[in-house]
Amino acid sequence: MSLKVVVDFNVCQDHGQCVFAAPEVFEIDEAGRLVVLVEEPDETLRASVEDAADVCPVQAITIAG
Amino acid sequence: MTSQRALVVGAGLGGLRTAEALRTGGFTGEVLVVGDEDWAPYNRPPLSKEALAGELAHDKLAFRVRSNAADVVWRHGVRVDHADLDGRAVTLADGERLTYDVLVAATGVSARRLPIPGPPATAAGGRHVIRMLDDAIGLRAALVPGAKVVVLGAGFIGCEVAATARKLGCEVHSVAIDAYPMVRPLGVDLASELQRRHEAQGVVFHLGVGVSEFVGDEHVTGVVLSDGTRLDADVVLEALGSRCNVEWLEGNGLDLTDGVLTDTALRPLRDGVPVDGVAAVGDVVRFPNRRFDDRAWRVEHWNIPTDSGRRAGAVLSAWLAADGYDEVTTADWTLLPAFWSDQYDTRLQSYGMPGLADADGIRVLEGSLDDECVVGYHRGDDLVGVVGVGMLRVVNGYRDRVGRGLVGP
Ligand SMILES: Cc1cc2nc3c(=O)[nH]c(=O)nc-3n(C[C@H](O)[C@H](O)[C@H](O)COP(=O)(O)OP(=O)(O)OC[C@H]3O[C@@H](n4cnc5c(N)ncnc54)[C@H](O)[C@@H]3O)c2cc1C
Ligand code: SF4
Repeated sequence: MSLKVVVDFNVCQDHGQCVFAAPEVFEIDEAGRLVVLVEEPDETLRASVEDAADVCPVQAITIAG
Repeated sequence: MTSQRALVVGAGLGGLRTAEALRTGGFTGEVLVVGDEDWAPYNRPPLSKEALAGELAHDKLAFRVRSNAADVVWRHGVRVDHADLDGRAVTLADGERLTYDVLVAATGVSARRLPIPGPPATAAGGRHVIRMLDDAIGLRAALVPGAKVVVLGAGFIGCEVAATARKLGCEVHSVAIDAYPMVRPLGVDLASELQRRHEAQGVVFHLGVGVSEFVGDEHVTGVVLSDGTRLDADVVLEALGSRCNVEWLEGNGLDLTDGVLTDTALRPLRDGVPVDGVAAVGDVVRFPNRRFDDRAWRVEHWNIPTDSGRRAGAVLSAWLAADGYDEVTTADWTLLPAFWSDQYDTRLQSYGMPGLADADGIRVLEGSLDDECVVGYHRGDDLVGVVGVGMLRVVNGYRDRVGRGLVGP
């Protein structure tokens, strides 16, 4: 089973805190904007994606599945 | 065996994260969270920033709850009056007694008020604080274009509200006893640059002065400063720091001088001995963080409830299961305080404890102060803090180098 990571880009303010929690999944690009590298990461990344959603200061990340 | 109960007092971010972490730690008994606000846990930082300028709705601010915590029981609008740690029970405001197997203190802080008489210290009296959603709703209603706003205290929250009030078209005066806004954590150079940015947006500062009087009967009409200056005011915000919500723990022999003093397993200390089965988290905990030194610090940053909540959940679930407890409690545990602040177009991002720096240990590491920059805060040779003004990617690159005084990576 894989997860689905959804970022509400209307809410995201490019704090980049999610990147520290799950660098495999999130990245801040050269322009300083958040990029989701893997939208459906596999189960092994669940814990770090949950951590990333926790530490987003504006709670822009939701996890389905 | 009857089911065990974990009782969490305080339904804010720290209470939520600890409840989740108890489940992550494998605890399957009852998790009961009792909080005196009427709301499910919500995010406070937007209350002085984007939400104060825009929409103040609980559903926009509520925290996502992890799916593993779906069965946590919440009792909102209920205050805990007293805890009896030896009897493992708390008393609620209505007299009800609740027993527990483990207890979490996640009661945060309250806004401090000036002990100066005057018009009623309520939103209706024009005298505001900002800690709760209801405070922000009351303040927002008063921030109408042209309103004369006096912000007492030029820390982060005071400065954020000053910026938001300017954006909303208010006249803003900022009053503080310090010589520069936000100077204690940031140091003189960055603080004076931020003062300049606020002044460019029309904020008028009155620094190095206190308040001697509030003017007005039913509603505040002005503030008299200690140098005799009189400022007209429709709105006064007291943003003067905080008071820890620890009264309910009194009488248990704990050190409550500045929050709840704990060891690195977040267990409160009684005569220097940790009390097992009890933990404190979030704004209210004062704990030794060996990433910096052996002293115990209390830090009101948003990441502390999450990081300390995870630690408390791991310690308490090991205690409840009587499994792996010694390993968990003796493991070296530290955290890195992280803080951000938005004022106009300026985003500050801080890692570590810049306030610990030597007076001559503050240097611009990248960029320049009058534009975007990264400032390093040193104590001796150690980088104890780093603050980015913009330059997010660059400051984030310094994050892992901060601290390291006593423990390795
Ligand atoms: C306006 C504002 C802006 C902020 N901005 C930032 C920012 O930009 N960056 C940053 O890093 N941090 C910021 N913070 C700090 C951050 O919000 C806090 O660190 C965080 O909310 C602390 O969470 P907590 O769970 O420890 O405490 P709280 O969120 O305060 O939760 C404690 C809860 O316990 C309840 N309670 C207290 N006593 C009792 C009792 N006896 N019985 C039952 N319930 C009780 C309280 O009512 C409250 O609901 C800001 C805070 C405020 C107020
Ligand atoms: S932490 Fe939140 S706001 Fe920051 S980049 Fe990630 S999703 Fe966006």
